[in-house]
Parts: sequence; structure tokens; C-alpha cells
Amino acid sequence: MSRILLLVELKGGNDGLNTLVPYADARYRELRPAIGVPRERVIQLDEKVGLHEKLQPLMESWKAGDLAIVQGVGYPYPNRSHFRSIEIWDTASASSQTLNEGWIARSFEGVSLPKGAGVDCIVADTNALPSTGPELRTIVMQDAENFLRQAQNLKDAQGMGDGGNPALRHLLAVRHEINAAAAGLRDKLRAAAAPAVAYGQEFLLGRQLDVATRVITSKVPVVAVKVALGGFDTHANQAPTQERLLAYLAASLATLRNNLIAAGRWNDVLVMTYSEFGRRAKQNASAGTDHGTAAPQFVMGGGVKGGLHGAYPSLHDLQDGDLKYTVDFRSVFATVAQGCWGLQRDYGLRQPQKLGFLA
Amino acid sequence: MAVHLGRRGFVGGIAALSTGLWSASSVRAAAAMDFDEARHLLSRTSFGATPAEINGLEQLDYAAAVDRLLGNVRRTAGTPAPEWVNQGPAEVRRQQQTAEAQRKDGVDGKRLEIVRPIQEQGRELKNWWIEEMLATDQPLVERMVLFWHNHFTSSMLKVRYAPALFRQNALFRREALGNYATLLKEVARDPAMLIYLDGMRSVARQPNENFARELLELFTLGEGHYAEADIKAAARAFTGWSVNRETGQFIERQGQHDDGEKTFLGKTGRFGGEEILAILLAHPRTAETVVQKMWLEFVSLKPDPAEVKRLAADFRRGGYEIKPLVRAMLLSPAFRDPANRGALIKSPIDLIVGSVHMLGLPVPEKTGLVRMLQGLGQVPFDPPNVKGWLGGESWITTYTLLLRQQFLRRMIEATTVASMEGGMMMAPRPNRRADRKQQIAGDDSTMQMQMAERRPVEGRSLRNAGVEVRLGPTLMGVDSAALVRTLLPRQPIDSVDASGTPGTAVATAMLDTAYQLK
Repeated sequence: MSRILLLVELKGGNDGLNTLVPYADARYRELRPAIGVPRERVIQLDEKVGLHEKLQPLMESWKAGDLAIVQGVGYPYPNRSHFRSIEIWDTASASSQTLNEGWIARSFEGVSLPKGAGVDCIVADTNALPSTGPELRTIVMQDAENFLRQAQNLKDAQGMGDGGNPALRHLLAVRHEINAAAAGLRDKLRAAAAPAVAYGQEFLLGRQLDVATRVITSKVPVVAVKVALGGFDTHANQAPTQERLLAYLAASLATLRNNLIAAGRWNDVLVMTYSEFGRRAKQNASAGTDHGTAAPQFVMGGGVKGGLHGAYPSLHDLQDGDLKYTVDFRSVFATVAQGCWGLQRDYGLRQPQKLGFLA
Repeated sequence: MAVHLGRRGFVGGIAALSTGLWSASSVRAAAAMDFDEARHLLSRTSFGATPAEINGLEQLDYAAAVDRLLGNVRRTAGTPAPEWVNQGPAEVRRQQQTAEAQRKDGVDGKRLEIVRPIQEQGRELKNWWIEEMLATDQPLVERMVLFWHNHFTSSMLKVRYAPALFRQNALFRREALGNYATLLKEVARDPAMLIYLDGMRSVARQPNENFARELLELFTLGEGHYAEADIKAAARAFTGWSVNRETGQFIERQGQHDDGEKTFLGKTGRFGGEEILAILLAHPRTAETVVQKMWLEFVSLKPDPAEVKRLAADFRRGGYEIKPLVRAMLLSPAFRDPANRGALIKSPIDLIVGSVHMLGLPVPEKTGLVRMLQGLGQVPFDPPNVKGWLGGESWITTYTLLLRQQFLRRMIEATTVASMEGGMMMAPRPNRRADRKQQIAGDDSTMQMQMAERRPVEGRSLRNAGVEVRLGPTLMGVDSAALVRTLLPRQPIDSVDASGTPGTAVATAMLDTAYQLK
């Protein structure tokens, strides 16, 4: 069993409460009199929660049973700084711990991957931290042709020894890695068919998903691909910004699903969104929200057991005005590591919670 | 400026290059320094070295050269401070709120971009430091400021109050080659640090352990030399050290201080912060932590444990004077070992600032350079986390190596100094560096600025301008072989054309993988 993880980073801290809306809770309206999503604009998933109507394009996946939503994901002692909190997620560290390696890379400690393709991870945005580490060969590539051209300019140095100089040894090794990746990718990517349905290009995510789709459909044997959508840091006048982003995200993921189904690859992929944090329960004075804590994650894929997983954090039991997480994100990662790569990992948790989104 | 390569026995074009002139094994007369050794010394103590700078040093004997680099240390920046450095945090916050309140939606419903004072000050602060790195006459001091910034990290992303970071930088500058004990004591009371590591929120009834943890792990003892209980004790001792929210200055809030008894590293007493620092400064590990880091910065990727202990013992015995430590390190056999030439990887700042300096490129607006540094992973005032930049091999990944090549290519292409036509290229934006230089010395950098405002011939670059290439004053008149030798710390990895025009030599050398080394 092996699946490619397609990570979708939502940069800036997506407001979970207006994404998966606890529409039936009167407390929600009290906390968000101006920016709460009205009941009639919620797509009800059960008697308590529902999706923001802008996420309508995801309903096809929901009805097909291959969209799971993990509720209330966060971690203890939450950090509200963007850069620190995303680092905690990307390295799967505890809040008080600074790690230099990414969680995907760490997952492969002691695992020997087949070297054939020359690359293990493709990052189509610019944050490669989740796959950073000596275990994985990661290529950051927003545009395939551009990468191949650049690699061409830096061909392997034939027969050049490092003369015992470790700095030079590292440089030559990285150079070789670039060339090996380019060699592994060149023919496959150039031969890859364009996605059946083109992605909207309003945000960079569209181009990134195009690269991701080609990598996946051309069967480059990677363990993960990463893309990102920015702009979720909605401190003021939140609604129009977040709605535009959610609509775009949902449309793009629905297109991705259709493309991968058409290419016969939907069962081999696990799509997972994540964000550095959710936002405060109470709206602020500028019709926006400030940095908060727990939020839902979307997980999609042919092998996914759809539905709601984990518990929605209570709006009646806030901690300093923030939601208390119900699922540690490292439990989600542990489930992914098992379901995608067959690896048992706990990321420092004594007992990762069992989450049923992968059969 | 007459660039003159002194005693160089290697001018011989491509043939000389291929016969291993970089092997640098020649045993020379006792006091003499050669071009390569002078180059090595400068490559580690400045940001990029020009042929003239190397020649200026190679005429000295080695110890004298080291002493010249360490003599007459500048303790303040030459670049004028941004105008907002005396604003208090309350005032900056008010300005920020005013700016946010004026924010409007554009016709398409998207919010219009506004200038937000906190972010704008951060941008100016970064530009200010880059400007100082390029303008300084004492690059070694600048390197040390950067070293201390990476040791005692604080980040604009968290601090969000640029005046405090400016003042912290001034502290690093004052003590760049001064005294580590002083530096440590001042850092513990430094407002930017108190904000960055949450010291200002640390109060008796709820001590915050963030600063105490990093103090032990990163600033002094290093992991494995203390227990969790020591962190808790130290955190209690520092409670009450805080920042005045109106002025941004350090204050001690007696009422928030936990003056109970603490046991710290085996000693018991009603310790405050001062006593904790004194205990740490008496511990041999503190000097070793600093020396180990400094070795990685100046000497090689593989510290020699015996040498580290020796240098650290002297450092501690000498009362933590930094200048003698740097001097001892630069004079150490390991530093001078030819095997260690080109044994370090250039940091992004080495690469970008060094290339600009070495090429003599006029860059009136520094934001573009900071953006390059961001791509490559080293924005001054924004280290990635409390551990600072990891440095060494971690600078080079498949991503950053390609990006480095791309930026170098851009410099080679876009900043062409081929024969200039008339016409103004850039608006004659007031330039502080030029102004200052004009004020303090009538040197030739103003000439350089004027050159900048002429337009390069379209389509001509270092690479294809042929014989018409006109290098900037820093490289003008130097032959190709000497240029390659200035640019690279060792033999080229690829084919560098040292027999071609100076423009091609510079272009191919800069794109050679060996250019990533120093």
C-alpha cells in the first residue's frame, strides 16, 4: 500500500469556524454577530455543523464518501505566531521544541527508498520545510520547464573530486541530486498530458496543482507533493477575502479530484489541507478575526473514509477566548504516515489518537 | 583607482590555472603573505574582497594583517539611523492602527495595499543593515555583529517593534569585538530579547521559561549540561525583568519578581537574574559554546575539539574579551591550513552582499537584495527560529543552489557594466551612503554612484560584451587570470575561461560551483 500525500498549506491561518460552521450553536452567533455565516448560507452536514456555502464544489466528494473532515485539530500550548506555529506543524514538534527537520522527512528515518526516480518530494510552493531533511530528496519547482532549464545549466561536474573538502562534497552532492531529479523528471513531465480540466489561475495554487497533477499522472514515484494557497490572515473585513479563497480552494480541489479520477490515480493519492492555526472564536472590532488555535482539516482521496472525524471544539468551553483542540495534529500525521507510506510513527506523542479517515 | 596586483607569481592565463596554483603548498619566507593567503583571510573576515583589498593586505606579514583587521574597532554604524528609532512601542502601535483604519477596498472588492508602519520600519531596518554591510570600512565588525545576531537571535516577525531591534543591533555593534560577559548581561536586559523570548511576560506567579531555556541551551551551556529544574529556577530568577510599554525601555518590576530561594546548577540562594548569569559565566561550557560556534563561522565545518577547549579556556581566563579570541582564531594553525581554504560555504549574505561589493555594483535601493536573501534563507533581523541560521551545509539545498545560480546570473546580466551610453537609468534618489561618503571622505565611491546612472548597452552583459566590457572600478584593469583567482577560493569546478575577456572570466567564475565556497 502506498499513496502520494498531496499537502495543501493554507497560509495565514484559515478561520475554521467559518469554514466548518457550528450553525446550530447559538453561541456562534453571539461570538460572531457581524461575520458569522447565516444558517441559510451553510451546507448542513449533520444537525450541528455544515460547510460554508462557498465550499459547494466539495460536495461531490462528500457525497461520494471520499472527503473526510477532521475537526478541532491543534496542539497543546498553542503558539499564535505565524512563523513559529507553521514550523511546529511542519516539523511535528511540541510547542516548546525546535526541530530542524520536517515531519515527512523524519517519517522516513531508517527507511530506504528506491533511488530510481531521483526525487522523493516535489514542492510546488516555496515552503519545503515538511520534507526537509537528509532522508528525502526534495525538489522545489513552481514550473517544471523552468526547473529543467536551470538544472541543464548546472550539469554534473564530470570526474571532479572534492579533495577531502566536506563543503565541496556537499555542493557536488546537491548538484548531483538536481541532475538526478531532472533526469528522472524530464521525460516523464514532458510526456505528461495536460490535466483533463484546467485549473483556475486566479491564485498561484492553480499553477501549482497543474504541476502536481502532471507529477502524479505521469507516475513519478514521489512520496509527497506540496502546494499552498495564501491570504488567510483575515484580521479585518474577513468575509469577502475568506469567501473568495474558500470558493477557489473548493473549485480547485474538485477539479483535482476529477483530473485524478480521469487519470485513474485518485486511489493513489491522499490530499490534506493544513494551516498554522485557526482563528479566535470572537470576531474583532474590524469585522475580522485574530490568531487562534484549533481548526478543521480536509482529507480527500479514493481511499478515504469520508465523513466527520474527531469532535468539534466546544464554544462554551474556551481557553482565553480560543477553541480547545480535540485532535492533536500529530495524530493526524500518524494516521497519514500509516495510510500513505505504511509507516508507524508517533511524532513524540505517547499515544497517537486513532483516526478513522483511512480504512 | 589604479588596481595593481602586487607580487603575484601566477599570471599566466589558463595554463597557470590548470597547473594547480590553488594548491597553495608553497612554503614561503617566514613573514611573507601571498595573494592566496591574503584572499583567504579577507574571505572570512569581510563580505567579498576586491583585488585592491587583497593587494593591500598581502604586503603585510600575516600577524600584522590580522592586527590591522582588528585594530581601531568601530563601535557605531556609519550609516545614519532610520528616523523612527526613538519611537516608543505605543506610538508605533497607534500609527499602525491609524494606517489599518484608513485601509479601503478597491473597486474589485480586494483590499488595497497600504503602508503599515510596523512592516515598513522592518523593511527600512533590514535595508539599513545591508547598506551598512556594503558601506562599512570595517567588514569584520559587521561580520561579528551578524555573528552575535545569530547567537542571540531576535526576529522582527515576533518582536514587531523595529526600534528595539535597532538598539539591539547597536549593542551587538558596541560589543562586536568587546566583551562577551558584558554582551550576555546586556542581552538579558535587552527589550528586543525580552519581547522575543517572552521575558516581559514572565512574572512571579507565572514564570515564562522561554528565555531561561534558550539562555542555557543556546547562549551558554548547550544541551546536556543542565536539567529541566535549572531552567525552572532560572526562569523564576529573571521574573520582573520587563519592557516599558510606553517607552520600549527596560524596566525592573519589583512586584513581579520571585525573590524566593532557588537551586540553580547545584547552588542555592535567593537568586536574581544577575546571579544566574554570574554562575553561567563561571561555567567552562559557556566559553566552549561560543568558541565552537565561532569556529564554524570562521574556520571550517569540522571544529577540532582540543583546539576548541584550548581557545575556550583562554577566552574564559581572559575575562571573555572577544578581540583576543578572534585574533587567536585567525592566527591558529587550523585557520591558516591551506586545506581549509574554500572549506566553508558562503552564507546568502556572503554571496549577495559579497558579490555586490566585489563587483562594485551600485545598488541604491536595498529591498531587492533583501528579497534575494529571503529566497536564499537569510534575512537579517528575521532568523528562522531561536536557534538562528543553521548555516554550513544547510545553506545549500537543491532549491537554494538553483536559486543562487539564478541570482548570480541576474547580477551578471542585469548589472552590466559594458560600455555605457548616456541617459539616466535610475532616478537620482537621495542616497545616504553617497552623501555620507561625500561628507566623511572624498573617496571614489561617489564616482561609482554616478556611473550607475548611465545606461548599459542593451543586450550586452559581462558575458557577451567582449572587449568592450568595462568592469566597475573594483575590478577594472585586472587581468582575467587574476580576476578568477580573486573570485574563487580554489580551482574552478567547471571550465572557467581565464584566457578570455575579463568580463567572461568574471561571469564564468561567478557561476562556477567553487564560487559558493569561501
